[in-house]
Amino acid sequence: MTRLTLLFWQSMVAVVALALWQFLTTVPVFGKILLPPFFFSNPVDVASQIIKWFTTGVIWKHLMITLLESVLAFVIGSVGGVLVGFWFARQPRVAAVFDPYVKMINALPRVVLAPIFALWLGLGIWSKVALGVTLVFFIVFFNVYQGVKEVSRTVLDNGRMLGMSERQLTRHVYWPSALSWMFSSLHTSVGFAVVGAVVGEYLGSAAGLGYLIQQAEGVFDVGAVFAGMFVLSAFVILIDFGVTLVERRLLVWRPTAEGRG
Amino acid sequence: MTDTAQPAAVALDDATVAFRVAGDRVYTAVERASLSVAHGEFVAIVGPTGCGKSTLLNVAAGLLKPAAGSVKIFDQPLTGLNRDAGYLFQADALFPWKTAIDNVAIGLDIKGAPRELALQRAQGWLTSVGLGAFANRYPHMLSGGQRKRVGLAQVLIRDPKILLMDEPFGPLDAQTRQIMGNLLLDLWNADRKAVLFVTHDLEEAIALADRVVIMSAGPSARIIGDWQVTLPRPRDISEVRMEKQFHELHREIWRVLKDEVMKGYAQSTQAEAV
Repeated sequence: MTRLTLLFWQSMVAVVALALWQFLTTVPVFGKILLPPFFFSNPVDVASQIIKWFTTGVIWKHLMITLLESVLAFVIGSVGGVLVGFWFARQPRVAAVFDPYVKMINALPRVVLAPIFALWLGLGIWSKVALGVTLVFFIVFFNVYQGVKEVSRTVLDNGRMLGMSERQLTRHVYWPSALSWMFSSLHTSVGFAVVGAVVGEYLGSAAGLGYLIQQAEGVFDVGAVFAGMFVLSAFVILIDFGVTLVERRLLVWRPTAEGRG
Repeated sequence: MTDTAQPAAVALDDATVAFRVAGDRVYTAVERASLSVAHGEFVAIVGPTGCGKSTLLNVAAGLLKPAAGSVKIFDQPLTGLNRDAGYLFQADALFPWKTAIDNVAIGLDIKGAPRELALQRAQGWLTSVGLGAFANRYPHMLSGGQRKRVGLAQVLIRDPKILLMDEPFGPLDAQTRQIMGNLLLDLWNADRKAVLFVTHDLEEAIALADRVVIMSAGPSARIIGDWQVTLPRPRDISEVRMEKQFHELHREIWRVLKDEVMKGYAQSTQAEAV
């Protein structure tokens, strides 16, 4: 398939799905509308809601809040994950002592922490950031831990034979290896930062995309719920695209599956 | 050996290497091996697979401590890593996150050499191994042979007095091995370092070395033979193989080595059966 035909078929899927949705919610089949608009809204209403949000500009505030929360959650969670992961990997005793607790906290579904964070940190952005951090931290932590542990024995010996001190080994061998593992989990951790932010907003806040969706749900405005979901998807896709660009820049040294091997 | 005035670059005396395996059992890899490499001498160690050739090399490098016996480097007992040695590994040992030139320059970088100088010297070494135009490639963009060349430059830029090589050309195809062998001999000719070269390929050993040392099949591998190779230098790896002297030596050494290879093979098949 060429790029163009692929693009054609991809857009066809959207067109057919939207057309079907519009048809089933507005045109009666055998005298009955199969998808009641009250529960399913319809594409035209959803689109006009989205357009209204953007033309009046109300959406920008919510987008910026969600973006800010996601970015903060990602940065704090990543920095924490890298530092702790690195520390644990280099100090096996510390890791052994904390191991059961790390597993315990990681086993906990993070959503249940949301009310506690709301209590501790209020309904502002920080309770959402905290929720995102608990998600991002563990992904980055486990990856960095693995990255340091699995540095090739030969590469390490080579570093030693080339005369590296422990500090130089950390800088030239352990650190790049750990970071490369962190970057390879970038898509997942950025995604979870957004999840943390939106779920936090949904459970209690005064702004953000999650709040917007929750408000619409509260007044049974299904059109706005769908509109919020579409904006959220587009938002995540855009962020993901940004991550891909960053990744390409940072991991040039990595063999790619499809490219030069 | 030849020059008594100068101390041997590497002198192993009755070195025994043992590993603790599965609890209390002890596996003796190498038993009472004595070997000395003179300054500027090229010694090849040949033995059947799994006989502990690499173990012996790691002892000389200081990566392994012998359970008994002594290791002396230029008459000094070896403690910790061997700082006079450069080590070329069998497996890929380049830093994958550094470009070829950075991989070569690292040896000077960590000594605190100015960046400019390190890069300039690294470029020089890359050119001598025939990769002048590949400075900015990452290891994954290079072929196996090219990576070995970078590895050679990485080791040689530090100007080690001793070169330890663990089947460095093992993973390469036959033609590339010959080319790499000739490159190694050229570089070595320019500045004769003591070389300890481990290989399982007897032909490669004779073609490259001044002395060929044979090890028995493991466990408890021993050194069972030591031959001088008096073929004239400079040599060309592919041409030296045609010489009569080469064939005679090969036949003589192979007679000893063959039994060990068969023993090693029998052991490895037995081990698999268990």
